[in-house]
Amino acid sequence: MYNVKVFVTLKKSVLDPQGTAVMGSLKSLNYGEVEDVRIGKYMEIQVAKSDRDIHAVLDEMCDKLLTNPVMEDYRYEIEEA
Amino acid sequence: MKFAVIQFPGSNCDLDMLHAIEDALGEEAEYVWHAETSLDGFDAVLLPGGFSYGDYLRTGAIAKFANIMPEVVRFAETGKPVLGVCNGFQILAESGLLPGALIRNNNLHFVCKTVSLRVENAETMFTSEYAGGEEIRIPVAHGEGNYYCDDATLAELRANGQIVFTYASENPNGSIANIAGITNKAGNVLGMMPHPERAVEDVVGGTAGLGVFKSMLKAWKEEQVHA
Repeated sequence: MYNVKVFVTLKKSVLDPQGTAVMGSLKSLNYGEVEDVRIGKYMEIQVAKSDRDIHAVLDEMCDKLLTNPVMEDYRYEIEEA
Repeated sequence: MKFAVIQFPGSNCDLDMLHAIEDALGEEAEYVWHAETSLDGFDAVLLPGGFSYGDYLRTGAIAKFANIMPEVVRFAETGKPVLGVCNGFQILAESGLLPGALIRNNNLHFVCKTVSLRVENAETMFTSEYAGGEEIRIPVAHGEGNYYCDDATLAELRANGQIVFTYASENPNGSIANIAGITNKAGNVLGMMPHPERAVEDVVGGTAGLGVFKSMLKAWKEEQVHA
């Protein structure tokens, strides 16, 4: 069994209105140090071991459903449970 | 002419779409449940607005794997008309039938109002009943209608006349180049965020949307004559 954490973010070239709104709020709370905020998605997926390579399975899942490659990037962390 | 109105779990403009075809246009329309696998006998496909599969994950992301979608793709490949409105546009973009993606409105608000659109290309099978440059008033109702594509795709859309509708005055979602509706390269798949099916009778504030359906009917009739 693998415990997988998938992080999905908007591509750098895509304006992130949610992140921009949160940054504005942080600044108004006097966190002037904040330079940028980007909001993404975090998913936890449990995957059983199989004869398929776990990286290949995850890349396929991300490309097919979990992300839209037109506007999003992804990375993941795999832990053996 | 017979129109298919695809119903996904969470579609909510399907009834408006059926009503627009049957009662305003006076043609045949039938619901097709997402689990179906055939579009035999239909002359056009309509993907209505709503929140297919609750818009979980991303708008349109889960709908693209519905049983009926490979058939919608095949239907589109034969050159027959496919129109996606609002969530239907999002599904067409997710499915790859149209380029680009729809993201969150840049002001983060769900916008529900009537806006002015400019008909940028009146030479398509969806817009021949309009004049080029004509401004029409059509309602929008969406939270994720901000059309995004990269620069190369935008240049291609412009070069091929695929930008069919733009927001004429106020852009309600921040879409790139004020885009409100685009076609595929072949011109037989149209996705638009505004709802033409909600503007087909004077009693609801205007008939400006009827031109989209009349144009589709006209193109179909011309095809029958030539066939």
